[in-house]
Amino acid sequence: MESLGVLLLHPMDAYLEQELARRCRLLRFCWDAPPDRRDAFLRAHAGSVRAVVTGGVAGAGAALIDALPRLEIVACFSVGFDRVDLARCRERGVRVTNTPGVLTDDVADLAVGLAIAVLRRIPQADGYVRAGQWKAKGDFTLTTRFSGKRVGIIGLGRIGLAIARRVEAFGCPVSYYQRTKRDYPNYTFFPTVVELAATSDVLVVACSLNEQSRRIVSREVIDALGPGGVLVNIGRGGHVDEPELVAALAEGRLGGAGLDVFEDEPEVPEALVALDNVVLAPHMGSGTRETRRAMADVVLGNLEAHVSGKPLLTPVV
Amino acid sequence: MASSAAATASGEPPAILFFRRPGAPFNAALRQRFRVLDFLASGEPLPVFLAAAAAAAPDPPRAAVVMGGGAARVDAAFLDALPSLRCLVSTAAGVDHIDLAECARRGVVVANSGTVYSADVADHAVGLLIDVLRCVSAAERFVRRGLWPLQGDFPLGSKLAGRRVGIIGLGNIGSLIAKRLEAFGCIIHYNSRRQKGSVSYKYFPNVHDLASESDVLVVACALNKETQHIVNKDVLEALGKEGIIINISRGANIDEGELVRALNEGRIAGAGLDVFENEPAVPAELLSMNNVVLTPHSAVFTLESRSDLCDQMIGNLEAFLSGKPLLTPVLP
Repeated sequence: MESLGVLLLHPMDAYLEQELARRCRLLRFCWDAPPDRRDAFLRAHAGSVRAVVTGGVAGAGAALIDALPRLEIVACFSVGFDRVDLARCRERGVRVTNTPGVLTDDVADLAVGLAIAVLRRIPQADGYVRAGQWKAKGDFTLTTRFSGKRVGIIGLGRIGLAIARRVEAFGCPVSYYQRTKRDYPNYTFFPTVVELAATSDVLVVACSLNEQSRRIVSREVIDALGPGGVLVNIGRGGHVDEPELVAALAEGRLGGAGLDVFEDEPEVPEALVALDNVVLAPHMGSGTRETRRAMADVVLGNLEAHVSGKPLLTPVV
Repeated sequence: MASSAAATASGEPPAILFFRRPGAPFNAALRQRFRVLDFLASGEPLPVFLAAAAAAAPDPPRAAVVMGGGAARVDAAFLDALPSLRCLVSTAAGVDHIDLAECARRGVVVANSGTVYSADVADHAVGLLIDVLRCVSAAERFVRRGLWPLQGDFPLGSKLAGRRVGIIGLGNIGSLIAKRLEAFGCIIHYNSRRQKGSVSYKYFPNVHDLASESDVLVVACALNKETQHIVNKDVLEALGKEGIIINISRGANIDEGELVRALNEGRIAGAGLDVFENEPAVPAELLSMNNVVLTPHSAVFTLESRSDLCDQMIGNLEAFLSGKPLLTPVLP
């Protein structure tokens, strides 16, 4: 694919960038430049860009797609594609790929790790030790047991199922909500998220973001989860009514939250940073050396398949 | 409500010795049922306290509740001072503060916390491991310091699935840790005093060999003469540069000085530690490391454990005092 003009929308992974440079004709977008320079760049290179490689948060909107008349494929370095204008891609006949499967374990691990971290206050306990409080004030506070807590999962796809299998080993009963009920002998289906939240101690967002799931964790859901409940979000910031969430946490109407994603990354609401019943992570669900390498290989594999006319490995469109 | 089964001939509730750490709970629960002789509250030196207890009217104590963590050490001198004592109830899983051999010699029965804590300790061990590999606490600090918008993505962590986890001690807690980590796709190896026929995990006859074939070492064994510094310089070297160590047992199971040196020099990759050799002192070098997670011996600190433990402690006392077998006896 040496003749494939690839536009890398922003830096995302050293290995991926190195391989794209080696195997394709790589163009690095001036992501941080002001709008007029970005537009000028796109106009200058419009003739040669046949592929775009982008991340989950950046996506590829209509304006970008329209600026690239020779665009054939958008390869996402993420499993989420909520920021890619799929309709525009379909209209233009542009293929879209993502990176499912390879990151399932890591995202599920972080979801469970965040749940334990929130309930057992591990980061707070670590901070307590580092600040010399153990010596000064004695024992840390009592927390609440993770094993046996009722876990409700929104979206029992690859990641949701991986989370379910992990928490089962802790004796956690598993319930779920999704658009269609499936036949899971060990997992209880609820037809609405509110009912799921009302019977859960830990509510995990594990579905993809689309028009139906935007702000699926609403005020009503948060209230149903309640002062003893914990929300874990490893999906997208857009799944949650963030101002409502922040208010509920601050007022004690929600017990706690483990959040890997936010509405306006990398900005995290000040009010959240001030709380100590939350654990905050900088969108690192797939953030391991092993998985990012595997994701990069999926991106490269999809581009290779595309130029050789073979079926794409992981097509979305 | 005082247990009628345990009342003494005098009709008074039985006397119980209570050795607790400052701020510890259970006082109220014990006082509801027994006459509590509280060492900490007495303010006396131990020999004076024991002598007074031996002379307690109408009857001297036959049982004692002894908390771990330095509340008292029950040895030959202690038992000599109080011949009426026939039962010790430890509120810890570990009984390293009790001379089991001396107790066995004298026919003094010992109970521990059984499995009350096991799930919480296992959960904490898993939480620590995920935190170390995926940098949960370190990334939290990164976000809270406002570094995400300034420095961009947090550095990459390491994948848990597929790692070989070597568990030192496959007792209650070790087994629960194994079961949990299997669900994450880890491969379980272990060392124990004896190989266990009922599990399919790979057994290693010594900790050095276990470490050389593991990516993660979890210390889940009791502390005794054989397991003091069971993780030493050789074991750390066998674990290697990519290795992680998790300790939810006793600080003295690991040669702490060697561990700190190994971390300092990058000879192992990271550690999750709930226990230390000289609590609450934690080696200063660890406090500024991002590849370690430190918790203040809080693996058992849940509301549920506290409540279960209280029930268990009282259950053991009442069983002994009514001539029944202990609920959670420790065999010598």
